[in-house]
Amino acid sequence: MRNFAQSRLGTLSGFAAGAAVLFGLAPLVLSGFRLGLFAQFICYAIVAVGIGLAWGRGGMLTLGQGVFFGMGAYLMAMHLKMADAEFRSGPGAVPDFMELAGIRELPAYWVPFASPAFTIAAVLLLPTGLAAALGLAVFKRRVKGAYFAILSQALAGAFAILLIGQQTLGGFNGLSYFRYFFGFTLNDPVNQRMLYFITAAVLLAVVALALQLRRSRYGELLVAVRDAEARVRFLGYDAANVKVVAYAVAALFASVAGALFVPVVGIISPASIGIIPSIMFLLGVAIGGRATLLGPVVGALAVAWAQTTLSEQFPSAWTYAQGLLFVLVIALLPGGIASIPKLAGRVRAKNQARTLEATA
Amino acid sequence: METIVGPLFTGLSTGSILLLAALGLSLTFGQMGVINMAHGEFIMAGTYTAYVTQQIVGDAGVSLLIALPIGFAVGGAMGLVLETLLIRHLYHRPLDTLLATFGVGLILQQVARDVFGAPAVNVTVPEFLRGGVDVLGTTVPKTRLFIMALAVVAVAAVALVLRFTSAGRRIRAVVGNRDLAEASGIASRTVDAGTFFIGSGLAGVAGVALTLIGSTSPTTGQSYLVDAFLVVVAGGLGRIKGAVVAAVALGSLQAVFETYSTASLAKVGVFVVIVVFLQLRPQGLFTLRTRSLA
Repeated sequence: MRNFAQSRLGTLSGFAAGAAVLFGLAPLVLSGFRLGLFAQFICYAIVAVGIGLAWGRGGMLTLGQGVFFGMGAYLMAMHLKMADAEFRSGPGAVPDFMELAGIRELPAYWVPFASPAFTIAAVLLLPTGLAAALGLAVFKRRVKGAYFAILSQALAGAFAILLIGQQTLGGFNGLSYFRYFFGFTLNDPVNQRMLYFITAAVLLAVVALALQLRRSRYGELLVAVRDAEARVRFLGYDAANVKVVAYAVAALFASVAGALFVPVVGIISPASIGIIPSIMFLLGVAIGGRATLLGPVVGALAVAWAQTTLSEQFPSAWTYAQGLLFVLVIALLPGGIASIPKLAGRVRAKNQARTLEATA
Repeated sequence: METIVGPLFTGLSTGSILLLAALGLSLTFGQMGVINMAHGEFIMAGTYTAYVTQQIVGDAGVSLLIALPIGFAVGGAMGLVLETLLIRHLYHRPLDTLLATFGVGLILQQVARDVFGAPAVNVTVPEFLRGGVDVLGTTVPKTRLFIMALAVVAVAAVALVLRFTSAGRRIRAVVGNRDLAEASGIASRTVDAGTFFIGSGLAGVAGVALTLIGSTSPTTGQSYLVDAFLVVVAGGLGRIKGAVVAAVALGSLQAVFETYSTASLAKVGVFVVIVVFLQLRPQGLFTLRTRSLA
């Protein structure tokens, strides 16, 4: 069983099953509205895959993924706003929310986002570059563990505050109300379905990339750095570089998820990327099993689903449940749900050993 | 003269607020290595202690003075419970402590929301702290002076306890070398619980004092927490004097940035300065020298 799961055939059939569920089953059983919700959950799952890589495999507790998620989201939202304005009143027009705020002149940094190619490049490169630069600055000086966690959290806080202060980015309200996605009407159910398929395809691609990284020599090195950084250094590797790569890849995943989140959900605001939302990204990862490949995906989907179904009906109870889940999972089940079979196996083995001792 | 005293005072005042919030952390995080994300909620509990005391006592001045020791007891008791039930079992997993205590913080916030309601409640500032005092041509609010004085007293008290009492000696021994302290007959678990009690109690005191200048709402503590953590990180773990210097420095920096730009840009500026500073001194301003590899 284990060998099959790790063989090439096992991997391929695993992806085939995932694709069948995402592309076949889900659109078949879910209504248009629910499919849109599912697309939103998948965005969180894409972030979770990155966190699983950086935190679960690399041991870097990133409390600031909201920054990269938010960067991707705002970059995409700027393009959508520009495209809307251009469609409405010709090239160089000012987006509607700026008109309402009394801003007549288009800020210079908005201009390049009229180009779709520039926007996509920015979504892929900017957050990744920032993460790499920040990672180099922090990891090269061997700032790690709690220090890194607190810095990443402060970054999320500073980023959210910075955005609230920017009137040309919608301030506290953020950016919302998008009509077109690269020329396609977002209101059209067919296009919404297409958007879902894109999101699902990105999830599969991201999981495939994470799997490849895990199985490569680099993946081994990453786990080694997590478990005994000093020894890896003694062997002649630069542990900082290993960490920077995982951190940057996690940032890339978060940014892509943010860029997809904007057309899917239709709004991005500082409230959804600050300190608290950034930590919330971790809940699903912890529940599903931080060091596994699919645990973060399943956990993130489950938490997002529970959030939407429970938080509206029982807002108070849901917050208690979130808090309790954090406490219980982290304290009692650090390996997440994925570790339950293994734990059960260990208990069984112990019992077996005991009976053997008793009979001997 | 005014141009110097104004920003300088703002810096000192912001610094003393940071210091009050961070002093308890520098004990629990700095000395014990425990990252308690619920520390902000202990501060919040302090603010509500001030509110409840005022509702019962009535007179704002008397209730403030009563609330300070009660706030210490409330914060300390909450810390003690948290330490015994949860943190004690996670000492060897510091990053997991962070997430678990974040969950506790979420629960405490929701408790406050359910008991007192989500909107901020009002704590009246006592008569003798209203208005301002003239210092070298600048009018300085009395509440800020009170908080600065309280910060000085709190730091002095902690320093004296650590330096001269037997309990303080035990705390320093456990921080310095846990195994050796245990071998010498110090009950390290009791010491841990005691340290946590004091650290959390200081959060309660900070909360009571912060009602003088800020709002009292379920998310009050959260707004101070990240800054407080940055103070401890920049100051260096395990050193009270690091926290003092870092709090005043970061407070002044924030004040200076704010005079030249906006408050939001100032936050980002302070963050950048801290990252650059950690390039120079990755372990913070003052460090305890150890021979560990990590």
